[in-house]
Amino acid sequence: MAEFHEISPNAPAAAKALNWVDNRFPLSKLFKEHMSEYYAPKNFNIWYVFGVLSLLVLVIQIVTGIFLVMHYKPDAALAFASVEYIMRDVPWGWLIRYMHSTGASAFFLVVYLHMFRGLLYGSYRKPRELVWLFGCGIFLALMAEAFMGYLLPWGQMSYWGAQVIVNLFSAIPFVGPDLALLIRGDFVVGDATLNRFFSFHVIAVPLVLLGLVVAHIIALHEVGSNNPDGVEIKANKDANGIPRDGIPFHPYYSVHDIFAVCVFLFVFSAIIFFAPEMGGYFLEYNNFIPANQYVTPLHIAPVWYFTPFYSMLRAVTSELMYVLMALTVVGAALAVFKIKMPSLFKAVIAGGAVVIVVLMLLIDAKFWGVVAMGGGVVILFFLPWLDNSEAKSIRYRPTWHKYMFAVFVVDFLVLGYLGIQPPSDIANRVSQVGTLFYFGFFLLMPWWSRMGTFKPVPSRVVFKPH
Amino acid sequence: MKMNFIKKVVLGLSLASGLVLSASANTGGPAWDKAPGSVSDKTSLQNGAKTFTTYCLGCHGAAYMRYNRLQDIGFTLDQIKTELVHTDAKVGDTMVSPISAAEGKTWFGNNPPDLSVIARSRAGANGTGADYLYTYMRSFYRDAGTATGWNNIVFPNVGMPHVFWEQQGDRKAVFEEEEVNGQKVHVFKNFEQLSPGTMSPEQYDQMVGDLVNYLQWMGEPVQTTRKTLGIWVLIFLAGLSVLTWRLNKSYWKDIK
Repeated sequence: MAEFHEISPNAPAAAKALNWVDNRFPLSKLFKEHMSEYYAPKNFNIWYVFGVLSLLVLVIQIVTGIFLVMHYKPDAALAFASVEYIMRDVPWGWLIRYMHSTGASAFFLVVYLHMFRGLLYGSYRKPRELVWLFGCGIFLALMAEAFMGYLLPWGQMSYWGAQVIVNLFSAIPFVGPDLALLIRGDFVVGDATLNRFFSFHVIAVPLVLLGLVVAHIIALHEVGSNNPDGVEIKANKDANGIPRDGIPFHPYYSVHDIFAVCVFLFVFSAIIFFAPEMGGYFLEYNNFIPANQYVTPLHIAPVWYFTPFYSMLRAVTSELMYVLMALTVVGAALAVFKIKMPSLFKAVIAGGAVVIVVLMLLIDAKFWGVVAMGGGVVILFFLPWLDNSEAKSIRYRPTWHKYMFAVFVVDFLVLGYLGIQPPSDIANRVSQVGTLFYFGFFLLMPWWSRMGTFKPVPSRVVFKPH
Repeated sequence: MKMNFIKKVVLGLSLASGLVLSASANTGGPAWDKAPGSVSDKTSLQNGAKTFTTYCLGCHGAAYMRYNRLQDIGFTLDQIKTELVHTDAKVGDTMVSPISAAEGKTWFGNNPPDLSVIARSRAGANGTGADYLYTYMRSFYRDAGTATGWNNIVFPNVGMPHVFWEQQGDRKAVFEEEEVNGQKVHVFKNFEQLSPGTMSPEQYDQMVGDLVNYLQWMGEPVQTTRKTLGIWVLIFLAGLSVLTWRLNKSYWKDIK
């Protein structure tokens, strides 16, 4: 506990007020620790604005969400009409609603870019594993938040999207049907589902999300930011204990981020005011038809930000299962014969592989599709322990690693594109290859990431004065 | 047992091919004509609103649209009261359907959909919702095989009869048999006028164009305001971006 600090009675009123607060709450201390004396590497590039932009979008979503809830009715008979009421009769309701609907897509866009930055510069590597884990938790919570929020307008896509995704849970052996029933609260998506999704969307998940964001930032400020060179700036401090390559976050990065925020808001507003539907990608055309449980839309596709994972789900057919079984056997055989370890472990691996193959034979491919979809997200959590590269940053990794990353990005985009399209034979084949590459990229990373000739990592960051 | 299996396979395959065919038929379909109107053209919107309240509101509703919102396209409250409200509704009311869902179902086989956001919901890969509606309203033809005696090229076996048949006149559709992937199919060629309507084809297109333009506007009455406001917002943000860019630059010049 800090000592009580007396201030001269002649001090200005603002200083007195601040002193009064500081004696009771660590206001100045917090500001110093997280802003004016939080030292960030001076070589941040454009990739480093997406964290603050995610925070901005989170605030936009919460504030607009509060106002939407004032007028929205979570009732299957009234929900669709209440959204149109907001669009037409509530003063500025249309703006609030478009900010929220565009914000959902913007959130995923900036979060995907933010995550990719982490991948590029190895920001999840020691000692930043927890920063990454909290971040993955945020991503997962965000997906739940978006999925449940999408039901609320109660249009055809809302309804059938929820129907399809909740039905996936029923593919889980033994507990599946009961689990799906528990999620829906009814035998089909209905009023009960809408009510519970509303509850989760406006309070439960946002609470988790906020908690994780705070944990993400506290963990980050504890270990300090990584940078495009992957150099630890704390390893080189001056006499005052300040990193030589660090600069105070405030004012340098606060002015930097304000500029980024303005540019982001420019693009964000351009969409809100001129293309709020974004050609049917941000607001799907079918969702302007009220939910009807008797009419199934011809083509049900999730919103664009889920489609890479949706493609993985669709890619797993009973045909692909044989490929997966073969890969399981080959993987286990390689582990048993090529890696040195106690024979007990070998037995466990061999036994595990046999069990998995048997399960693959017994359980429907639909279930494994769900596993692939979930696995596509969950695998991100393991990234800190999968990456064995000598250099953190892509800048000092072998050139072919860059191609590997490029193919990964293209793969993710192709999977995303195919997830929007109606299924076809050729598209399904491509998404199968894409899915195998996606998982191969991560599961084989412990090996490929350490192969090749690395470039020497400098001891100080590379910085060109602006 | 074996027979049963083969039957299942054949049935499955034929069902699957049927699904694929119907899917491609629906995603492709006839190309949509470009609707001529613009939502900033108030005369066109006013004409469309008059047609809409006279003809469409007989069976359809627009339950999210208030009559007095028509002031946005230049009508006065008096005009709305005397010229546009054809029911006992008040000007502050929404345009509810005069017939119940049950009646709609009995009369047309399907309840006529609410038209408030019909244009927004019908947009797609082929064009805007207005394009679809413009094409749809000009694709009716005589068909003795349906309950109403009318059919439609872009919406086959639609429950809605041709409301404007007097204006457009009687038409029939000419189909030709063609071979597609080894199957004989009927492909629509053109319409043939059986008897002239009260309007010339140009006048008819004009009326339908104004109507769908109105429907496009009604889907989001705020849309013109939104775009006008958007320009100012973007100008402001562009200015602010320049300002903060210079601010950033001046701070960062100390960093060596």
